[in-house]
Amino acid sequence: MRAANVLQLGIKELRGLLRDPMLLILIVYSFTVSIYTASTAMPETLNRASISIVDEDRSPVASRIVTAFYPPYFTVPKLITASQMDRRMDSGLDTFALDIPPNFQRDLLAGRAPTIQLNVDATRMSQAFSGGGYVQSIVSGEVNEFLNRYRGETEVPVELTLRTRFNQELNKSWFGAVTNVISSITMLSIILTGAALIREREHGTIEHLLVMPVTPVEIMLGKIWSMGLVVFIATTVSLILIVQGALKVPINGSLTLFLMGTALHLFATTSMGIFLATVAGSMPQFGLLLMLVLLPLQVLSGATTPRESMPQIIQDIMAFAPNTHFVILAQSILFRGAGLTVVWPQFLALLAIGGALFFLSLRRFRRFLR
Amino acid sequence: MTEAPGEGGGAPPGGAPRAENVARLEGVGLSYGKTRALDAITLDLPAGRMVGLIGPDGVGKSSLLSLVAGARKVQQGRIEVLGGDIADATHRRLTCPRIAYMPQGLGRNLYPTLSVFENIDFFARLFGQGREERERRIGELLKATGLDPFPDRPAGNLSGGMKQKLGLCCALIHDPDLLILDEPTTGVDPLSRRQFWELIGEIRRERPGMSVVVATAYMEEAQGFDWLVAMDGGHVLATGTPAQLLESTGAANLDAAFIALLPEEKRRGHKAVVIPPRPADGKEEFAIEAEHLTMRFGDFTAVDDVSFRIPRGEIFGFLGSNGCGKTTTMKMLTGLLPASEGTARLFGREVDPNDIEVRRRVGYMSQAFSLYTELTVRQNLDLHARLFRMAPEAIPGRIEEMARRFGLTHIMDTLPDALPLGIRQRLSLAVAMIHAPDILILDEPTSGVDPVARDGFWQMLSDLSRKDNVTIFVSTHFMNEAELCDRISLMHAGRVLVSDTPKAIVGKRAAATLEEAFIGYLQEAIGASAAPPSPTPGAAGELAPAPAPAAAGRARFDLRRMLAYSRREALELQRDPIRATLALLGTVILMFVVGYGINLDVENLTFAVLDRDDTTLSHDYTQQIAGSRYFIEKPPLRDYGDLDKRMREGDISLAIEIPPNFARDVSRGRTVEVGAWIDGAMPTRGETVRGYVEGMHAQWLTQKARELYGDAATIGDFTIALRYRYNPGIESLIAMVPAVIPLLLMMIPAMLAVLSVVREKELGSIINFYVTPVTRMEFLLGKQLPYVALASLNFLMLVAFAIYVFKVPLTGSFAALSAAALLYVFAATALGLLLSTFMRSQIAAIFGTALITLIPTVQFSGMIDPVSSLQGAGAFIGHIYPASYFVTIARGTFSKGLGFEELGSAFIPLLLAGPILLALSAALLRKQAD
Repeated sequence: MRAANVLQLGIKELRGLLRDPMLLILIVYSFTVSIYTASTAMPETLNRASISIVDEDRSPVASRIVTAFYPPYFTVPKLITASQMDRRMDSGLDTFALDIPPNFQRDLLAGRAPTIQLNVDATRMSQAFSGGGYVQSIVSGEVNEFLNRYRGETEVPVELTLRTRFNQELNKSWFGAVTNVISSITMLSIILTGAALIREREHGTIEHLLVMPVTPVEIMLGKIWSMGLVVFIATTVSLILIVQGALKVPINGSLTLFLMGTALHLFATTSMGIFLATVAGSMPQFGLLLMLVLLPLQVLSGATTPRESMPQIIQDIMAFAPNTHFVILAQSILFRGAGLTVVWPQFLALLAIGGALFFLSLRRFRRFLR
Repeated sequence: MTEAPGEGGGAPPGGAPRAENVARLEGVGLSYGKTRALDAITLDLPAGRMVGLIGPDGVGKSSLLSLVAGARKVQQGRIEVLGGDIADATHRRLTCPRIAYMPQGLGRNLYPTLSVFENIDFFARLFGQGREERERRIGELLKATGLDPFPDRPAGNLSGGMKQKLGLCCALIHDPDLLILDEPTTGVDPLSRRQFWELIGEIRRERPGMSVVVATAYMEEAQGFDWLVAMDGGHVLATGTPAQLLESTGAANLDAAFIALLPEEKRRGHKAVVIPPRPADGKEEFAIEAEHLTMRFGDFTAVDDVSFRIPRGEIFGFLGSNGCGKTTTMKMLTGLLPASEGTARLFGREVDPNDIEVRRRVGYMSQAFSLYTELTVRQNLDLHARLFRMAPEAIPGRIEEMARRFGLTHIMDTLPDALPLGIRQRLSLAVAMIHAPDILILDEPTSGVDPVARDGFWQMLSDLSRKDNVTIFVSTHFMNEAELCDRISLMHAGRVLVSDTPKAIVGKRAAATLEEAFIGYLQEAIGASAAPPSPTPGAAGELAPAPAPAAAGRARFDLRRMLAYSRREALELQRDPIRATLALLGTVILMFVVGYGINLDVENLTFAVLDRDDTTLSHDYTQQIAGSRYFIEKPPLRDYGDLDKRMREGDISLAIEIPPNFARDVSRGRTVEVGAWIDGAMPTRGETVRGYVEGMHAQWLTQKARELYGDAATIGDFTIALRYRYNPGIESLIAMVPAVIPLLLMMIPAMLAVLSVVREKELGSIINFYVTPVTRMEFLLGKQLPYVALASLNFLMLVAFAIYVFKVPLTGSFAALSAAALLYVFAATALGLLLSTFMRSQIAAIFGTALITLIPTVQFSGMIDPVSSLQGAGAFIGHIYPASYFVTIARGTFSKGLGFEELGSAFIPLLLAGPILLALSAALLRKQAD
């Protein structure tokens, strides 16, 4: 293997990329507009959860409860009748419906322990869980304040002081921005290397390379470094201009360390791109394979939902995916400000996965060229 | 060799009466970017004749033909074809059933996975022919072209000559009045070429009214045409019958006549190629040796026991029909293909694919232009020089030398795509020569190159061989080139028929020319194996003009034409089972993975306690958390430093700090503060943790209050009854599976649809859409239907999986769900088609589709966060994206027991989405090349 050949083959890839304006536009789009849109669209904590209230009591305490729900956490509650409730929930208009029974205040003061019914649309799981808790504590708080005028001190004087670290307001767009950068990195690096390889074969140029004194390793490495570099630069620019600049996400840790991790991740994903290209016979097959790989990578890496809640078997399988480690690494470095002493297992895992993918695809690549 | 046309019948240029012209061009100009392809062309093409366009490559012949065929948009000037303006869409629609256009390139407009019969059948359907008529015509055409023994062979497996015959069948299926052939015989061997022209002659005899316009680079073919147009540099040089052209230039043959017609500066430097005899020195060193080379692909033997020895400095020619094994032999010599049997040696060393040293002594030029079109001429040369490990300081000099030698100096910074084929071939040769190899292996280097350029090319080969002692191994279809070789081999069906000097071969067969000798050998070889596919005289006689189908070309929307496209797309899908399997099986796997993987019921959260009190009460408090199913307790924290470190490492998601004297203060009624630190790095998780902790804290308080104050605390006691509706077990599966179906039914069908169109654009068969009566809507709908069907099948599979494997009950109306799914996949494929109108390359199409389907469906369609809670541009996308509405319907029918009536409002956007997207695609799709 000669470094000069690898360099030349990579430069050729870069020059080729410059000639495809549509692709360049898409690259820029996916690292700027796409990330900005997706991140700002994400609701911050509980946002605009739709709620309606059936007030069958119409007492002071009931109106206290009704006025306690307001934006941005909730939409302004709609006052509806019991018969409207089912229909509204069925058509997905409301996530929550609160039913305050008749004579609620009277029963409450009489110690008859009345029941307020909270209906939750459990098919909207993200809101159902966090929102359900909020609704409960808001209602309890209002009722308690109302009662404080009527009864003596019966409270246990323990207050819970909640402090959220690394992201005080639990601003979802912070994490969302980084997640979206990660998806773009993965998507782009796989497509660029994989599709470029299939194109070389469809246009017959790969054959030309093979009669020259270059080896498959050199051809592969040429693609990996050049396409990796493009994505690497796009990532750096995107982190600085979009994530830190436009989205104002504070980065606690070392950007350099994160970029080093990115380089390792790119090594793994570009190798994966080549691997997929050797498996796919044609572009349409590659397109489908890509979807089959990208979706699990995005959804199961721990970027969309917490990894520890996934079934053990999925966690085990996903331990072989580079994204899983990259997401952990990104969280640790960017938000928790962790250093190499903390994230070295992820670095090691990425290196191992990248190495394995590289050798696997090199073997397939040699056969693919036959 | 060519059918003799009626003598002297050529109409004088411009002098023919109007009705006699099949096409009239006035001031026609055409530019591709900065390149001027055609400039102020005014020309009348006489009707009922065989009109030839002659001239070198890149002079505008193909551009002119595609304009006349209506495949390309007229930029400047006026073109009248068959009595109307071709720029007028109505005229195009009405006349295109009378025009047949066969574009350049071997079988470029054919579908390689479809069989011979299916290819012709597709065209017949496009022209609205009924079943009986189709079968009769196809039968006749196959018989006439000699393709009748293999109607079921895939077009991709045909030899070049057979592909061209098939292309002709497809063009002739609808009895055109104007047949346009763009270099139909380029890259075709002499025997097939002769058969092709005999066939055209037959057909013209039977249909004398038909006009034929042919572009060709073979002057000996043009000799037999009725009327010629000589072109150069986007201009017409001269028109007239071959005899008139010869007369006006006083040349002996058309080659010479053409060269005489060229402007002075282009003619300069041209002279006939003369290759001096090889110096006969005694010692023969062999550069290339092949011994019993055999190559098998499965059962098929491509090369069968081939042996030869080529001494150093010799020009060795390799001739043979298409697909006879020439290219395979060359690939074995270069080490690209390992031989099944036998050995190949270069300079006495056995060819070893891993031997980098030998490769440096070989230059290879493959059949198709295989240099990087995205690099300039200089960059191509530079890349190859570096890859061949030339000393960096020597490279610029060498590049200059090559540029000078191959005449590339003025185009060093041009992209190869902008160059005519002849110059590109020179560039290929320069690239193959850059490292001064001792052996050159050239696979049909002059295929499609015009005579002047070819002569120049051979002069270079001659110099290389004689002056630099380079061994040249070259394959060709041109007999005049074969005559220039020192020795030639004739190959057929993987075997070498004869190997000798050209003179000796002609002598052995007692033939007049090498071509005759060659055809003689071939016919002998074919005769030994199978009956020659020569056209039966009179077979074409049955091709009597049938009454033109009334419907063709008239109707604005013709179901038959649309279904022709659907049928073809379905056949292609059927021939590529991997694609369909991936689409079907892949979605099931994805559903499995995503359905199980996305779990919003956050569990197994880690926490640790910093207990500064360490009493029963503080233990009681932490036990509340540790005992829940949500949390797992980790070893206790020692101090703040420990807390910070472990949280930073991601070891714990929650830390609880209980202050000193916690129990004492509580019992004295003093307010105490319990601290909780939550890891907010992942907000969704932090959010859930906060909810859990708050809930548990409240519960603990109530419990304690009861213990401490007894009944007094029950005043104001009330409960909130939580009813999780539609999903009482709050199982993620029930929430996610119905939402995954819309996700998958968006991504996969859109990807298939976008590639089905962009692929045709990239591979060239889109031309059939340009020149046949198919309308945009027919084309789009026709392409869409098979994918809608595939996606519907996919939908049924996914629902079955959801119900029977995931056990997610379908509580609502299946009919409503299915109806919505049908509308939805229609919209998803229409979205793919819309995207395809913007994309040229498949890479960009794949990337674009991934971007436009993956992110909106996962993030903006209510799969995880409800659409109503989104904000900004995402909320806008969520509201217009069809997936949002299908998610509502899928969840409604699966979990909420709903049907049409309740979900009506979600159906309306779905009903609109498909037609709107399709109409947009139709509006943006071009029916002509720009």
